[in-house]
Parts: sequence; C-alpha cells; structure tokens
Amino acid sequence: MKLLTKLIATMLFVTMFSPLYAATIKWSMPGDSLTLDPHAQNEGPTHMVSRQIYEGLVTRAIDMSIQPQLSTSWKTTDPETWVFNLRKDVKFQDGSLLKASDVEFSINRALTGTSDVKELINSITSVKALDNLTIEIKTKGPNPILLNQLVQIFIMSESWSKKNGCETAQDYNASQETFCSINAMGTGPFKITLREQNTRTVFERNENWWGNQSQHNIDKIELLPIKNDATRVAALLSGDIDFTNFTPAQDINRIKNSSMHKVVSAAQSRTIFFGMDQGVDELRSSNIKGKNPFKDKNVRLAFYHALDMNAIKAKIMRGLSEPAGMITFPGVQGYTKQLDKRLSFDPKLSKKLLADAGYPKGFEITLDCPNNRYINDEAICVAAVGMLAKVGIKVNLDSQPKSIHFKDLKGGLSDFYMLGWGVPTFDSHYVYSFLLKSDGSWNKSGFKNKKVDELVGTMLTETNLDKRNANIAEAWSIVQDNMPYLPLHHQVISWGTKSNVNIPIRTNNEPLFRFAKVN
Amino acid sequence: MFNYFLKRLLQSILVMLIVGFVSFSLFNFVGDPVNNMVGQEASEETREEIREKLGLNDPVYTQFFKFVVNASNGEFGLSYELRRPVSLLISERLPATLELVLVSALIAIFFGVLFGVYTAINRDGFVSNLILITSLFGVSLPTFVIGILFIYLFSVILGILPSFGRGEVVNFGFWSTGFLTISGIKALILPSITLSLFQMTYIIRLVRAEMIEILQTDYIKFARARGINNKVINNRHALKNGLIPVITITGINIGTLIAFSIITETVFQWPGMGLLFINAVQFVDVPIMSAYLIMVAFLFVMINFIVDIAYYFIDPRIRLKEEEVIK
Repeated sequence: MKLLTKLIATMLFVTMFSPLYAATIKWSMPGDSLTLDPHAQNEGPTHMVSRQIYEGLVTRAIDMSIQPQLSTSWKTTDPETWVFNLRKDVKFQDGSLLKASDVEFSINRALTGTSDVKELINSITSVKALDNLTIEIKTKGPNPILLNQLVQIFIMSESWSKKNGCETAQDYNASQETFCSINAMGTGPFKITLREQNTRTVFERNENWWGNQSQHNIDKIELLPIKNDATRVAALLSGDIDFTNFTPAQDINRIKNSSMHKVVSAAQSRTIFFGMDQGVDELRSSNIKGKNPFKDKNVRLAFYHALDMNAIKAKIMRGLSEPAGMITFPGVQGYTKQLDKRLSFDPKLSKKLLADAGYPKGFEITLDCPNNRYINDEAICVAAVGMLAKVGIKVNLDSQPKSIHFKDLKGGLSDFYMLGWGVPTFDSHYVYSFLLKSDGSWNKSGFKNKKVDELVGTMLTETNLDKRNANIAEAWSIVQDNMPYLPLHHQVISWGTKSNVNIPIRTNNEPLFRFAKVN
Repeated sequence: MFNYFLKRLLQSILVMLIVGFVSFSLFNFVGDPVNNMVGQEASEETREEIREKLGLNDPVYTQFFKFVVNASNGEFGLSYELRRPVSLLISERLPATLELVLVSALIAIFFGVLFGVYTAINRDGFVSNLILITSLFGVSLPTFVIGILFIYLFSVILGILPSFGRGEVVNFGFWSTGFLTISGIKALILPSITLSLFQMTYIIRLVRAEMIEILQTDYIKFARARGINNKVINNRHALKNGLIPVITITGINIGTLIAFSIITETVFQWPGMGLLFINAVQFVDVPIMSAYLIMVAFLFVMINFIVDIAYYFIDPRIRLKEEEVIK
C-alpha cells in the first residue's frame, strides 16, 4: 500500500511539475557522447557534450576565432615558453575555486598514457603552476599553434578527480568504468544532473558560472539521441524535440515548410575529396599493368575535369554543398578563395588529357567509398562513377561501412578512395602533417615532395606569423600544382529548430548553449 | 529418460559453441574497432598498442577460447564504445526490450485469436475480408515502413503519441518499468503495435485455418446434432482444440520477437537491447555483438530444448522409442 501511494505520488509529481520548467531545450543527435571523461575520447559528439560542462584555457567563439576562457591573457616569454594568467574567482560546480594547480593537473592528465587527446598537444614538454593564478607551459621547439591545440583541452578539478580515483584518463581495457566517465564536474555554464547514456542526459544551468548569464536563457537542456533520421525529423516536427544539429539533407524542405520550424545552414569545417595512390608502381585494381597511371599529372587532371561538382551539388546534395578547389575549407589558416576555385568541368579536355597520357581508351580502376561516414557519401561516389565513365574510365565502385573502409585505407589497400578531412585546429599544418607530408599517417596518396616536407617542418616552428603564412602559401601552391588529391566539396551542415529557439550555428557543428535563447 | 535429456543437452551446447564460433569469426570481417576508438590524430604505435591490449592480434581461436571461458562465467568484457561492462549494459537494456516484447505478444495473441476466430466463423463476411486484406499489409510491409507511417500519422499529424523513446520510467532496483507512468504507457503503444503486427497476422491465419478444419470434423457435427448452441461449440469445443498448435508456435515466436525487435527499436529509438546491438555493429563493438548473439542463440536453444523435453512427455512415441533403445 505504501509503495502504491509512493508510486502515485511520483506519477503526480512527474505529470504536474514537469511543464513548470521554463526554458528547456530538447536536443537530439544520432549518437551520444561516448564518455563524460573529457580526455578519454577525441571525438565530435563527445566534445559537444563536454563543451557545455567543461572549459579550456582558451576557446573558440561562434565564429571560430580564438578567445580567452579560463585564462584572461597570455604571452610568450621566450619562443618555447608560454605564460597564461588565469581568470580570478572562477568556481567549479562543487564550489571550489579554480587554481593554477588544477590547470597543471589537467594538462598533465591530457598528456598521459591513457588520454586520447595526447597527440593533439604532444609538443608540450612541461606545465608548471607559477602561483595560484599563473601557469607556465613549455613546448618542444617553438609552437605557433599551441592556442589552437589548447582549445580542445578541458580543465578538470584536481581534488575532485583525485578524490574519485580518476587521476588518469579512462583506459580502453580497464575492467571498470571510472567515476569521471559517468559524472562531470567542470567550470562551465551547465552541469549534468542526469545521465542515462544513449537515452537521456539532462543539463541544468550552473547558477555560479563566472560568465555572462544573460547571453542565454536556458535553464535545462535534455539530450535525447535518436539514431534513425526519419524518426529524428518526425520528433522535431511533432515537437518532441526542439533542436537537432544533424538534419538529414532530404528532409530540410519538409522542416522548412512547417510553420513552427526553421532550418539554418552553414559551411561545415570538413572537405570531401578523392585520393589517388601515386606512390605504388602498379595499381592493384587497374587493368593497366606494369605502371601506375596516377603518377602522371595529366591523368589526375583528367579525373578532375571529368567531375561535375555543380551537378552533384544540385542533384545529390540538394544545394547543400560548396564545390571545392582545395582540400581544406574557409577559416583554416592558409585557405584562399583563389585556391579554392575549381578548375573547369570539361569532359573533352579530360579525354584529351587521357590521350596525351597514353590512355586514349581510358582504363579500369576501383573506387573505395564509405557508405555511412559523410553526407551522401555513397551517392556521390555513384555519381562520380557515371561521370568518369563518360570520359572512358571504367570505375568499379566498392562502397563499405566506415569501419571497413578506413581499415582498408589504413592498411594501404586502396588505389582510389574517398576521404573527408576536418581541421579542429583551423590551421593548414593539420592538413599537411596528416595528408601531405611524406610520412603523414593518413597520406595514402603516396604524395612525396621534399620541399613540402621542409615547409611542414617550418609551419610547426616558425613563430613569425608573416613568414609562417608565406610558408603555408608556398606549400599550397606546390600542392595545387601537383593535385595529389581531387577536391570535391565542402560539406554544409544544417540545424533544424523550432521557430522560437535560437542557437547560433557553428561550422564545427558544435552547439554552444551559452549563446542559446528560447523566446 | 536421462539418456534422452543428456543427449538434448549436449546437442544444445554444441549448437551454442557453433553459433559462437561462426559469429566470432564473422567479426573479423566487420572492420577494425580500433579505428573507431581513437581520434584521427592517433599514431600507428598507439593503434598497435591498443590492438595488443585488447587481444585483437591473437589468432581467432585464441580469442574464441578466451571468450568461451569468460562467457561461461557470465563475463562478456567491456564495451569498446561505451567503456562499460557488457553484462551491465545488457541488464540495463533488458527491461525495455522485455516489456516491449511482452506487450506486443499480448496484443498479437489477443487480436490474433479474436480475429482468427471471427474470420473462421464468418467466412465470407465483409468485415472478415477486410481483416484478412488488412492483415496482408502486416506481413508484406516492412516493419520500419509501418513504424515510420505510424509516427507520421500519430505524432506529426495528430500529435497524440510520442514519436520516440520510452517516456518516464520508474525504477525498482535493477528493473525499470514504463508501465507506471502515463508517458511510459503512451510511448509503448506505437512500438508494440508495430512489433506485434507480423505475429498478429501469423496468428490470425493460423487460428483461422485450424478453426475451419476443426469446424468440419465429426465431433463438431455431432455436437451440432446434439443441439448445443453455436457459441459453446465455437468457443469451447473448436477453439480449445485449435489453440494447441498456436501455443507451440507462439512460444517459439516470442524468441523471434526479441530477436527482431532490433528494427522496431531503431525506428522508435526504444532504449532496448536491439538498439544497443545496432549501435554496436556500426562501431564494431565486438564484446556487445558477441554477447547479444550468444544471448539470442541461447534463447532459441533453450526454447527448443524445453520444447523437446515437453514432447518427450506429451508424445508417447518418442518415449517408447527411447526406452526400446535402452533395452
């Protein structure tokens, strides 16, 4: 009987009081954050969740420019030493004050063995709290992009972490989950009050946040992951959710047509391109034996001129893509409009180039493509196969789930493949060190250029910004001249919301609810 | 008796081992989990280190052996993606799936039998034909299409039922139930109907066929001749006998409901085991995939085992045959 009374009371409570919450945003995306431990996973949705609770020394504003966050100012005392002054009176969500020792602890934590973000900041050699509000960071050689890298390093409380037994980031094969992977305690504008992974996560306003509370009027955020695209759109249209930062391209018009909803789009920080293996002496999947056609620049250009990216934009991307002329996007240091201008779509020229290269009848090759990684990835590949067929190249398409596609790619098994590249640091060095350096871990194109390698080295150490920019520009001119990759387009992201919800769109697809308003 | 029991048990264990091994070797083709586990910046050394730690470099049979030893202790390891014990994840998700399956099974049986009997008795009536034609949609339309149609009709257009999720749940220890809140019950309606449709159609047709057959037998004719009224004949004499095969089939099909709730759970974002499994497949989360497949296999093997044992008691022919062998 007692139990029954309790149950009824609970039901009444739930039904009566839930509408009283003022501004609540119900947010949905296909997946969930993998862990609340801010150093355990270097992954998009995980950062999206952590960013609402945790903060860094510096951060990116809505327009992606670098802004102070937990530090107010910084300077370099010598090329390898940075000194940051911390913001005064910043409180963690448990009421304790932020001290320089917390920053020292957090950066060291992010640098240790089990951390997944350690590669991002591996140029840091030491971190030291000089006093309560000053922190000194030393790097291995000068590092002009340290701030870009620190944006992804969240600051935790030393005492909280130690008390709960998570001094180090959560391990891959630990036998138990850690306290910090299912709880979060930062300095940020929201705190997590309920966590049911992959089902429901509730964030509530942190009343003691140091920042400007009037920039938002959100009391509560509910994250409700919905995997299926159609269901997510239906949930938005029926009012079960207020906002999704993963709006499927095919449903954008339907949402726009609803009088209660709106869609905002912006170029995303990711560029899609095809890679061609120019390194091997004979392609694995081609009928041309004894030599590698991709070694010939004419062949690469022939492929380029055969691809009609405007048609793909109109027919496949429903207008939501920006045809690209380079493999990185606006906002990245080194990007210029000039370089991003696509060469003409010209099948005739393409045929001529193939003939010049000695393949008047074209040849055969396999294109490897993911089918669940990028927006409409498989459809783009199918269209490209048709376009290349028109100039005589017979492309066999092999599209597979991302887990297999990337495994094959990493294993060096692909001649011709699709890849997309985002740049969290917004600096060309990130593109070069992975995709264009001779030993870049994602350079599966076999592109090797001594001058480029040399320039990549200077990008990392040159602290004179003008000189550095000149280096980057020179590297790009070499790359554009060689065309080791075929740029396709920059992805465009769309955020669907109820009409009365305003969340400024950001090119990295990461919402900042501290700037959100519900009218 | 003991012999027969032991034989079935050994067969069951063998089936489990084979299922386990086949699914385990398949995991080699689903891709590289490490790629999903680390960021794109991770170096080759880091990747190799993790592969070594997870034992992914061991040959398949070594991995399988370790897995069998752990699984027989109820230990399925740690999910690669969620970094939590798989046994815990499954026990958290189990209530959602079981409640969904239970309600679906009840809907399927209740309406299946009701419509089956009705269509058998009123064979050429308008309503009967309507039921039979509508039920064709139940088998011919894929579950996800029905689910999406339901969502658009009842959530988007009419706005009376939630489009996804499980609503508010109440926790009793490890069991979380949606039966005790209004939003929980509302959330159950669409997914359980969606999941039940296929089974319902199946039962309608089975009951109808059985009933028609029985209604033509001599004892029914005799009962009619005795002047017993139709209601009693239909409900007591005919239906009772017609239900025997239905019960057998339904029992086995409950296993199917659990296994096939994957699609319904994905469409309705129902936080059950099916959704967990689909996520695991995309992430190449081998510990979850293997645990789930083993669990489903176990379910079917158990049902079959129980059915076999039940036959032993029900069907004297099996019993006699066994006894002969022993002699």
